[in-house]
Amino acid sequence: MTREIKYFEALREAQAQCLESDRDVVVMGLGVPGPTGVFGTTKNLVDDYGPDRVFDMPSSENAMTGMLLGASGNGMRPIMVHMRVDFAVLSMEPLVNQAAKWHYMYGGKMRAPLTVRMIIGQGWGQGPQHSQALQAWFAHIPGLKVIMPTTAHDAKGMLIAAVRDDAPVISIEHRWLYGVSGAVPEEMYETPIGKARIMRPGKDVTIVAASYASLLALRAAEMLADAGIDAEVLDLRTITPLDRQSIVESVRKTGRLVVADTGTAEFGISAEIVCAAVEGASESLKTAPRRVGLPSVPTPTSPALSEHFYPRAINIAEAAAATLGAKIQFTEPETGKWHDVPDPSFTGPY
Amino acid sequence: MTPEAAIGGNARPEVEARQELYRSMLRTRRVEEAIVDRYAEQEMRCPVHICIGQEAPPTGVSAHLQKQDHVYSAHRSHGHYLAKGGDMPAMIAEIYGKADGCAVGKGGSQHLIDLDAGFICSAPILASTISVGVGDAWAARQRGEDRVIVIYFGDGSTEEGAFHEAMNFAGVNKLPVVFVCENNLYSVHTLLETRQPENQTVRRLGPPNGMESFDGDGNDVEEVWRLAEYAVNKARNGGGPTLLEFHTYRWMEHCGPLDDTHLGYRSAEELESWKTRCPVDNYRDRLIEDGSVDQAWLDSAEKTLHREIEAAFTAAKNSPFPDAEELFRHVYPE
Ligand SMILES: Cc1ncc(C[n+]2csc(CCOP(=O)(O)OP(=O)(O)O)c2C)c(N)n1
Repeated sequence: MTREIKYFEALREAQAQCLESDRDVVVMGLGVPGPTGVFGTTKNLVDDYGPDRVFDMPSSENAMTGMLLGASGNGMRPIMVHMRVDFAVLSMEPLVNQAAKWHYMYGGKMRAPLTVRMIIGQGWGQGPQHSQALQAWFAHIPGLKVIMPTTAHDAKGMLIAAVRDDAPVISIEHRWLYGVSGAVPEEMYETPIGKARIMRPGKDVTIVAASYASLLALRAAEMLADAGIDAEVLDLRTITPLDRQSIVESVRKTGRLVVADTGTAEFGISAEIVCAAVEGASESLKTAPRRVGLPSVPTPTSPALSEHFYPRAINIAEAAAATLGAKIQFTEPETGKWHDVPDPSFTGPY
Repeated sequence: MTPEAAIGGNARPEVEARQELYRSMLRTRRVEEAIVDRYAEQEMRCPVHICIGQEAPPTGVSAHLQKQDHVYSAHRSHGHYLAKGGDMPAMIAEIYGKADGCAVGKGGSQHLIDLDAGFICSAPILASTISVGVGDAWAARQRGEDRVIVIYFGDGSTEEGAFHEAMNFAGVNKLPVVFVCENNLYSVHTLLETRQPENQTVRRLGPPNGMESFDGDGNDVEEVWRLAEYAVNKARNGGGPTLLEFHTYRWMEHCGPLDDTHLGYRSAEELESWKTRCPVDNYRDRLIEDGSVDQAWLDSAEKTLHREIEAAFTAAKNSPFPDAEELFRHVYPE
């Protein structure tokens, strides 16, 4: 029987094994060696690997990113952790102007094997400045790789792949995935960066998604199945480099496309995926693709407003049904009074 | 030079001002306690950073501020908001995510605003509001306005580049700003020693940025009051910015309503020893001793506050949630 562990434990295990197997790996970030260990993902690592390799930092995201970039140029393979992607906004300069360009500008002679973990999420009134999903920003910068693992298995395998990758890799993790369990091998393995995966095969419509949106897409596929529609769910796993081939192949098979993203729909990654499908499979498209993402509005804090802000599985199901010209009354499974927590056992605060 | 010497001795506020200092600290304390008591009901669905233990700095500073003066704050902002005259019912309603909230439910505890009271904003990104406050001060001078800007932040924020850059600009241009650092030793669970050079205070960062700086007991509201009087007057009279550092301590967990000594990053003994330095209770005792207040005054102050706070919570609970259309309103000016 395969072992099941939670997503956050898989991330922790990946980092432990990277620290164990390579002396050049270090983990740094606000609260990394602290008692709660960044939602448990770095908990107690300092006990086994010491404060020289697992360490806290001043609240200085900009300089500390540059610092780790310098260390990576000198042969180290650092992992930097931001409790929230919003804090990484302060570190954009070294990431965008330096890290992303190094290999290119040195004609291949310099590498920046830096991994930066950034946590996105939603719920419990985190509000406009604590809940953004900025994957499209990073994906827009040539030279950066951006991963968004959905399952516990991929969380471990992709983080290991990121640390071993010689390019700077941005890992975007959704808080609501942390408690989700899945089969995860104990040994060290890599899930390749740049390869999407069919999570659920189907023939009527393709739903392309990533991260938490992939779970919503699976739920939507179940609703669609109840209505007799067979949806294929393609989990991107990597945003850049984008696996255009898998998108095109799936759309060629189903002829219909819905994209679901945790970020803002306009100017977001969904546009790129629709573009990939149009460029690669326009002759197969039977109808216009649709996308499901956040409206172009800052995240409101009030649960009464955030309830209308975040798309749910039913919205993806409706979009998929619309591509088939079907008008179906879906019923959503009862989720309790509040929509702003991953499950009712969560009592805040984050 | 000791701060006392710099600001001219041990002057004390008049009796009425003492009473007001106590009343203001007590108000913040009781509001925070009410939030703590009710948080488990899960109707306040946003993160809250409780400032119990840190009531003295905002109180002592605000005593010198006028309505037209502007205040900026960070995530632990309830005390700063209330002390500047922020609308308590609007703050509570905001934490409940209601339509009567000061930000219509779009901000929450970490984005309090009251433009009428001169409380411009709090924000949950470290150091984010510091340069903004400096820009406000610069504009005030450009436009010939009589306005002092107070910017509150924690020791953690002083590690951000944006803090140093803003300090430098304020110093170079002698802007009417009072920078107020509440140094409570921790940044979430990270000790000061891990983040800043040993045996040096935040205060050290004033002179290299072209400004005077002082530090003082942040649990002694009159000490805060004295240092702030000097700094606010100086700013108002064109003397430029000052950095004030107040040593204080937060009693509750970093974020949320609970105690957190079980996490082991700070000891129960340390917390207890700071509790013996309670800014509110100790000041009350002092005022009783020097005859500034008596039991009847204290009882009446508690009673009035209790009524005010209960009314604010009742109003917040009864306030409707914002309409769904509010989600799309105000993204751009119309
Ligand atoms: C740019 C940025 N980095 C990290 C955080 C996470 N964070 C929130 S509060 C906090 C602690 C700040 O400590 P301090 O400034 O001393 O204020 P205190 O909480 O002690 O009042 C941290 C690190 C943040 N909000 N913004």
